[in-house]
This record gives sequence, structure tokens and C-alpha cells, in this order.
Amino acid sequence: MLRFVVRRLLLLVPILLGVSLLVFIWIRALPGTPAQSLLGERATPQLVKQVNHQYGLDRPIYEQYWKYVNQTAHFKLGTSISTSRTVGFEIRNRFPATVELAVAAMLFAVVIGIPLGFMAAKRYGTWFDHASLVTSLIGISIPIFFLGLILKYVFSVRLGWLPSIGREDVLADNEHPTNFYILDAIIERDPEALWDAIRHLILPAVALGSIPLAIVTRITRASVLDVQNEDYVRTARAKGLSPMIVDRRHVLRNALLPISTIIGLQTGLLLSGAVLTETIFAWPGVGSWLAEAIFNRDYPVLQGGILFLALVFVLVNLVVDISYAIINPRIRLS
Amino acid sequence: MKAKPRNLALAALVAALALVGSSIALAGAQASKTIVFGTDAEAALLDPALVSDGPSLRATDQIFNSLVGFRPGSTKLLPELALSWKPSKNALSWTFKLRRGVKFSDGTAFNAAAVCTNFNRWYTFPGPLQSPALSYYWNTVFGGFAKPAAGNPGPDKSLYKGCKARGKYTVSLLLNRRSTSFIGALALPNFGIASPAALKKYQADAGTVDANGVFHPTGTFATQNPVGTGPYKLKSWDVNTKLELEPNNRYWGKKAKLTRVIFRPVGDTAARLQALQSGELQGLDGLDPADVGTVQRNSKLKVLRRPTFSVGYLGINQSKPPFDKLNVRKALAYGVDRKAIASFYGGVGQVANQFLPPALFGHAKKGVPDYSYNPTKAKQLLQQAGLTLPVKVEFAYPTNVSRPYMPDPKRNAEAIAASLEKSGFSVSFTSAPWRPTYRATLQAGNYQLFLFGWIADFPDPANFLNVHFGAFSPQFGFRNNALFNELTAADSEPNLAKRSLRYQKASVDVMKYVPVVPYVWAGSAIALDKDVAGYVPGPIGPVNEPFSLVQVGS
Repeated sequence: MLRFVVRRLLLLVPILLGVSLLVFIWIRALPGTPAQSLLGERATPQLVKQVNHQYGLDRPIYEQYWKYVNQTAHFKLGTSISTSRTVGFEIRNRFPATVELAVAAMLFAVVIGIPLGFMAAKRYGTWFDHASLVTSLIGISIPIFFLGLILKYVFSVRLGWLPSIGREDVLADNEHPTNFYILDAIIERDPEALWDAIRHLILPAVALGSIPLAIVTRITRASVLDVQNEDYVRTARAKGLSPMIVDRRHVLRNALLPISTIIGLQTGLLLSGAVLTETIFAWPGVGSWLAEAIFNRDYPVLQGGILFLALVFVLVNLVVDISYAIINPRIRLS
Repeated sequence: MKAKPRNLALAALVAALALVGSSIALAGAQASKTIVFGTDAEAALLDPALVSDGPSLRATDQIFNSLVGFRPGSTKLLPELALSWKPSKNALSWTFKLRRGVKFSDGTAFNAAAVCTNFNRWYTFPGPLQSPALSYYWNTVFGGFAKPAAGNPGPDKSLYKGCKARGKYTVSLLLNRRSTSFIGALALPNFGIASPAALKKYQADAGTVDANGVFHPTGTFATQNPVGTGPYKLKSWDVNTKLELEPNNRYWGKKAKLTRVIFRPVGDTAARLQALQSGELQGLDGLDPADVGTVQRNSKLKVLRRPTFSVGYLGINQSKPPFDKLNVRKALAYGVDRKAIASFYGGVGQVANQFLPPALFGHAKKGVPDYSYNPTKAKQLLQQAGLTLPVKVEFAYPTNVSRPYMPDPKRNAEAIAASLEKSGFSVSFTSAPWRPTYRATLQAGNYQLFLFGWIADFPDPANFLNVHFGAFSPQFGFRNNALFNELTAADSEPNLAKRSLRYQKASVDVMKYVPVVPYVWAGSAIALDKDVAGYVPGPIGPVNEPFSLVQVGS
């Protein structure tokens, strides 16, 4: 197992180099430069030339790439052209928000999706099964931004039950030692802040979790249907074990294998930043930050931010593979 | 009887919903002393000399005062930190009499030395801070630095020569050439006077420059300790969440009514509006023209329109025939149905009859040629110019952009073309992405007719007329020395009343010459909770919209 982990970590170097080169080329292929974005109507050729010179954008491309790689190798991700804040600061500030939202969304998807999928499989062919299928299709098909706007309209604007934007009540002056608001509220022993943070998470997590919910439900259903017809399950029933023990110990445990893979992959995707959800809920995460950077042609943010997310994605996949080995002894032993 | 698990689950769900519903903590809870205002982006920095984005300017405008100010809701100059100002006989020096007894929020005294410290700081900015991406307004208004980095303008290009403190409360700004337009620019927060003690203590100019040449401030002046003389000071800034101001107890003017002013960045227009509707915000900027009706129909909200201050125009390149002929340009002016296009702007567009908007001094109230839509007259003029109808023209418009003066460029272009087609023209279109192709092509003089506009940097007619028509530019392709000289003379007229008259005449002369066809003056709109009172929208919003006048509720 250790050799496996070390080998995967060593692979990070060529992966990140490859990503850095692709991102570097891609953002420079986009029309427009940071100068034109910053200066707007005032972008006279003279001013654009001045700004491009300031940021070294008139240097040969290989020289720009070398500077970028050299800087990154010293663990410096650069400074945003639009805000003058360092990329590192923005990641420290925003990534916890994205993690919190991603975890909440996956929790929503898993806590509802697995039982739903399991029950659909156990009630195969009934109205419940068909209803779960329709619900999953709706979940997959509805655009997140549309679902988010509907949820906000109903629960915030019309009913006034839940907030529509942000991570906490803006009038509160809570401490945020870790920038994970729920964790911070627990550390500070502030139940009001905890409840406030949870309330703010509900709508964006439901919106973001709608697609993973649909996927987890369907995969669980398929996996349970597959497993419960296996010989060892029939044997367990024949031995006289109660249905609950058969389901828990034999069916669910084995059905979890593909589900855990899906959960891991979906979490990795969500951690890359849910642009639409973050935008419509004004959730200050990584996704909306990178989307803004594309619009502003903020090269340092795009280069540093995407590289960071690539690292996160690879690490999450590694964790998924390790957990797969833990759950499935056959894989561990092999 | 044992409760079934299903019933228990249902009961738990109802209880949870009741708990959620009962614990609403909307942002308007402390309505009378607090306002939460939604902005379209996060502020970049709180050092006004280094920013040009709306959110930063809005916040710094509450914290800093400049030598001169604007009357709220207008561009009329008023005394602020200076009580009066006048030029020397040769107009190469302007002397300001300063307000006495003013203190910065850190207790430092405001005086002539403080003014010179600030002006000299900007003039001697180190290389990285000289970039137009940072000190855009110094670059635009004064245009030069004492020790320019490579590629930046130096003392020879600078309007600013120096600053002289004449005693404690009199200061002179020395210029290298005559100019009056800079006075209007001084009212911007970008020339707000900061505490010299704070500039030093919090290392305002300190920073690192990364491998890309991007400056990052390492001092805390611009992020935690911006110290000015304004009605508010910074309480806290939780980047990407909220920026909170509190009253400055040392403020020399009328005390602010609100004790908490919170700016909350909400980038998405729809999200911002929904937050206003749900009560999480009490006001927002950047209201989409399409949403004006929605807000007006809501009995709890109201719309305030800013006076129009940007101009949309049909640009003409006179280097491309037949637009070197005056009659052809006049035919274009008669051929544009301005009323039809102004109706696209959700109530924030006004038909333009000249380049200068009404809110600006120099706007001519009489004598402006009347080019009301008249297709018959347009055709006559084309025939008088010796042309066969229809006259073929190529009309360029940008894509992937929305600006206040052209929220939907394609729609504007199609509407203009439709009216031109009735006026003796045959229009073919060309389009290009706003960034980078459209502007670059336009500025290189490669378009014959083009859709464009202007949002002023500062409220002075020179920033409209001289910028566009004060010298030859490839995009307009003409050399009219009489007009160039007229505009230069108007800019250097030191007497404000005479200057206004000169610009009124110049505005009329521009319309007689028709280098462009202005068709709309556009503003923008703010949406507020009905309980918000005292908010005065200004033409150059978000600047000059003081929150010290605002109150919420009774």
C-alpha cells in the first residue's frame, strides 16, 4: 500500500507540469489581455502597451513560461492582476468555502441517495421504484442555476425561511479561525453561529447536490440489484439470517464498492469549484473566483488557481483509491 | 399504540421546517442604523490612488475627502478640504485655501503639508505603482512621474510640477502647462487626502512584485488602515464577504446617521436582486435595465435613476469616403431614429442631441443643431453631396459585451441600420468581439462606421470633448485645426464661468461638424428598500453618493 501511495504521489510532478503547460497555453490563446480587461473603454494602444510591458506580456512566450514555472517551483503562485491579492491568500480564503459546500452537497446526496436507491432496489418494479427513477432524471436534467433560482425564490423571497446569499448573517461578527464556518462555530462554542452557518448552507447544498443525488441513487439501486442476486446473499438467506442482517452485512457492504468510487469522483469534481452554484448564491468559493478570472483575463489567478485544483483532484482520487482498497480486501491483498 | 417510524419521520420533518422558518435573521433586523448594500464585485484595495474599480471607489469615497467635492447628485464643484481656489495670472499655479481645524481619523492634523505629502507621493510613485492598471487616474489627469520606470511617462510629460505649502492652511499646486480640467478630477476619491502619519506607519507604498510584475501591497494601509478625513472609517474588511464602515468621530462635517455601512459583494445580478427582495440587502447598485419594472412593481422597493452621464454614439471615420463630406455626415445624423433606440434602456436612456450629457457643465442648452429623425432630409443631403442612392456603408458593432451606453450592441446596431436604410443608406454589418479585436480595430481606424460610447473618467467637458476631438485620432480620421485649437483653449481657460461658455460653444461646434452622431445619454439605476431615505444618486456614481446622508426607517 505504501509503495502504491508513493508511486501515485511521484506521478504528481509530471501531471502538474502537464497541467501548467496546458493552462498556460490555453489562457494565452483566449482573445484579450489583462490590460484590455482592466482598462475597459480607456484601453488606448499606448496604455495597453504600458500595462503589457509592466506585466511582461510583451516578452517571448518561453520566457513568460519559464518565469511562471520558476515562481511556482518556489511555491509562489503569483498575485492577482485585478485585485493585487496573492493567489495563495485567495485560495486560503476561498477553498474552505468550496470544501464546506462540496461536503454539504455530497452529504445531502449520500444521506438521501443511498437509502433512496436501496429502497428503490428492494421495491423493484413498484411505484416507488418508478418515482425514484423520475426524480433522478429530473435531478440530472434540471440546470443547477435554474434549480438554485427556484429554491431561492420559494424559500428566501416568498417564504423568507432561508437566506439566499453568502455563508453567514452579514451583521454577525463571528470569529473564523479556520475559515470553515461550521467548524469555527463548534470551536467557538457558538450555537447561534453554528445554526446560522447551517441555514446558509442548506439551499446551495441542495442545489449543488441535486446531480450527485441522482447519480448516487441510481448507482445504489443498480448495485444493490446486482448484489442481492449473488450466490452468497442467497446462501445467507438460506442459513436463516434475518433480512436486516443480510441487507446490512452482505448486500449493502458489497454494493458500496462502486458507490464509494462515484462519491469520491463526484466530491473531487465539486471541490474543483461549483461555478454556477457559487455565483447564484454569492458563495465566496474557488469556482466563482476562477470564473471571474477568466472574464478578467487574470493570468496569475488562472495559472495558480487551476494548478491548485488539479493537485486537489489528483489527491482526492488517490484517497478514493485507498478507500476502495480498504473497503474491498481483495483489492488490498492483490 | 407504538408510533410508526414513518409518522415519527414526518413529525421530525415538520418540526425542522418550523424551526427553520422561525429563526429568520434577515439583514434588515437593525433597520434604523444599518444598511447592507450589494455591490457587483469585491473592492480591490482601499488606497484610492491605486484603484479605479467601482466598489473600491465607493468605499474610499466614504473614508477620504479631497480638496474639492461635488454637490450630491450633480457635478457642481463645492469646497471640501479646500474652501476656495484660484489660479495665478499665468494659470501655471493654483492656490487653495484650506479648511481649518480638520483632523484625520487617526488624530493627525490636516494642513498644507499633508496635501503636499499626498501629491508628492503620487508624483514619486515607485515603478510598480506607476502602472495605469494601478494609478490610472494620476496617469490620466497628470500624466507623468518624477522617476519614471521604463515605458512610463516622465516629468516632461507631466502636468504636475510640484506642490508648495504656503503656511499651514494655504497650498499651491504648480503646473507645467495651463489646464483647468484637473480641478474637476481632484474631486474624485482617487485624489483623496490621506493621513501622512498613516501612510508612513502602515507603509502605503511597500510591496512585493512577483515574477509577472504584479504588485502586491505588504503594508496594511490599503487593506486595513486607510486613514482619511471622511465621515466614515474602516471597521473591518472580511474579503469576499463584507466591508464594514463605522462613523469617524473626528469628522469635520455633519455626522453620519448610519452607524453601520456594510458593502456586500454579490456578483450575479439576479442573485443581488433576489437578496434585495428577501431583505438581506437594503440597496444595490448595477440594476439591470430589464429588472427596473420588477423592482417598481414591488411595493417594498424603489428605483432611483442616476442622471445620465455616458454617451452612446455612431462613430464616423472621415478617412473613409464618402464621410469626408459634411453633408453625408449630416445625412447620417438625420437618418438615426434616436427615440426608438432610447426606448431600449429601461428608462435610464435619454435621447442625445450632443456629445456632452446634461449633467455636465458645458452642455449647451441652446444653439445645438436639430438633427431630429428625418429620412427625407437625409436623402436630400446625400443627393446634394452628389451621391447615388442608396449609399453603401459598412457598420461595425461589438459582440460579447454590454455597456451602460449599449446594453445590447446588436440590437442598437440593427435599429440604427433600419432607420438608415429608410434614409438613403444601404447598410452591411461587420462585428468583432469587444476584447480584443473590436477596440483595437476601431482605434487603428479600420472601421467606416462603428458603434461606441464613452463613460467619463471625471466630470469635466475636457474628458469628453478633448479626449475625442482635441487632436487627430485614426478612429475618427479627421484634422480640424480650428476645432482642435478651440478645445485646447477651452481646456486652459482658468475662469470657470468662461470655461463653461467656451465648452457650450465647442459642444455646438462639434455638432455642426458631426464627427460622430450621439444618439443616447445613458445612466444607471439603483434599487433600494422603500425605508431607505437620503440616498442621492449622482451622475458619476458610485462616486459622490455619500452614505453619511442616508438613513434607514424612521
